[in-house]
Amino acid sequence: MAAVMVGISMIVFGLSRLTGDPRLLYMTQGTRWSQEVWDARGRELGLDKPMVVQYLVWAGNAIQGDFGDSLWHKRNSLRIIIEKLPATLQLSGISYLMAVALGVILGTISAVTRGTLVDIAVRSFALIGQAAPPFWLALILIFFFAVYLDILPTSRRGDWTHFVLPATTLAWLGSAGLARLTRSSLLEVLDSEYIKLARAKGVSTNKVILKHALKNALIAPLTVAAILLASFLSGTVVVETVFAWPGLGRLAVDATKNNDFPLITGITVIFAGLFLISSLLADLLYAYIDPRIRIYDS
Amino acid sequence: MIRDTPLPDTATGRSNLRIPVLGTVYRWIRRYPVLPVMIAVGLAIMAIFAPWVAPAHPLESDLDFIAHPPVWMEGGTFDYILGADKIGRDLLSRIIHGSRISLSVAFIVIICGSLIGSAIGIASGMAGGLWDEIAMRIVDLVYATPFLLIALVAAVVFGTSFQLVLTLLTIFSWPIFARQTRGLTLQLKNMDYVASARVNSASQFRIAFRHIMPGVFNTVVVIATLQIGSLILTESVLSYLGVGIPAPQPAWGSMVADGREFITTAWWVPVMPGAAIFLTVFAFNFIGDWLRDYLDPRLRQIH
Repeated sequence: MAAVMVGISMIVFGLSRLTGDPRLLYMTQGTRWSQEVWDARGRELGLDKPMVVQYLVWAGNAIQGDFGDSLWHKRNSLRIIIEKLPATLQLSGISYLMAVALGVILGTISAVTRGTLVDIAVRSFALIGQAAPPFWLALILIFFFAVYLDILPTSRRGDWTHFVLPATTLAWLGSAGLARLTRSSLLEVLDSEYIKLARAKGVSTNKVILKHALKNALIAPLTVAAILLASFLSGTVVVETVFAWPGLGRLAVDATKNNDFPLITGITVIFAGLFLISSLLADLLYAYIDPRIRIYDS
Repeated sequence: MIRDTPLPDTATGRSNLRIPVLGTVYRWIRRYPVLPVMIAVGLAIMAIFAPWVAPAHPLESDLDFIAHPPVWMEGGTFDYILGADKIGRDLLSRIIHGSRISLSVAFIVIICGSLIGSAIGIASGMAGGLWDEIAMRIVDLVYATPFLLIALVAAVVFGTSFQLVLTLLTIFSWPIFARQTRGLTLQLKNMDYVASARVNSASQFRIAFRHIMPGVFNTVVVIATLQIGSLILTESVLSYLGVGIPAPQPAWGSMVADGREFITTAWWVPVMPGAAIFLTVFAFNFIGDWLRDYLDPRLRQIH
């Protein structure tokens, strides 16, 4: 955990030193500075000292939440990030829950109705979700629901109607793989001996599926669902951009367009932290779902 | 009483069609990914011969034809079969030229990534010990790194370029190969045939090349095919966000981004290039799925 965080911070730091003079990244382009400002910046970043010291200076500031002032907003990067964080967590949280529920339910339905039109519809839904670029899917949803039918808002944050399109986009993309996996593993389980036994002794179909089959069939999909949590955070970058959602992802893209290096490094480190927390949650969830894989050593 | 309704096929659960010629064609389509392969081959031809296939130059604009509608819509002409974009460039020609970018990025990255990844995977599986530990920790690190954000940082630092996209995608595409081939190598190197090769004084190199490599080959091919789709998607996302292939190159992702504001007035401007991405990824995913079921069903959990 901690080692990975150090690794990522080293990558981000390394990127800043790979090109020319790192001072350029910390100063607004196109403006002129006096020699004193330039030299002071160099001392601040520790450029007169060895690389290790420079990294420690940078990392020390980062731990205290100081990634440098944003060049564009002219204030502390971390503050801007914290202001935008709730919008992102809200959107990704809601759409994550939607994606998992949708994936499991649709997968189950299509396994149970295998070979019928319902099954074909669910499988097409999943195949589209796996092949469609997120921004394109979002645009098509906007075109259909916000322009053509004109029943939902196109962008920005507001009441619950503003959640519908961005959350649907994310949930569709996220649930696609999940639905396919649920379907195939449920089909496999439904073919096993103990299900035949349950059927033979007269358990109702609903009960066989819900109580006997799903318990075993859901292990693989839920493992994937746990891993998915992390990918939702990066999924929000695109969706937030399309829907002008005022969250971290959009902030990151804007920061890139403005060449705002301190802000973008701050966002990256925060994202990496969230990423790690969610993969830790995933591991815990995994051990909870499938007690067989609880490992006590290491 | 004899049932003459077709019985469901036990393997696929679908009823057998019993029309002589159509049945054969139908079974062929069911069994082999005919349509996706046709799309993929068509794309490859389109990409290789882009300047001859495309009806117009991808960068040539005509301001009289801004957001000109496609041929089947009112006011459409055959000069602009799929319509024109925001500065009157032919969308079809741009899409055809864009296939060059998407496919070349995907193929270059997948070749580099699979070679690097499987070399590291086999080597660390064979070597074991400290080297294995270091290699796998690096794999974990890459897995835990938020790719898109690093791509944004890199774009600020280096500026956008074709080479940057290739480098970034390669760095993030080798770990899956390393992890899978390492696992397989660990399995294979304990097999009896490897042991007997060792008894016959085969060197580590010979074992890796002659005895392990054939065993991991199918897996690598399957993962590579499955990854092509997601690489094309990732490249398009980068281009959409403006950190991928720099303008005015007709990358599909940036074409959608360019046409974004036309979604309310001229939907074809952003929708057409996106449809190209969708079809391409769809075809490659389909081929990948089929290849996996055919060559290596064990990999079903990888998407």
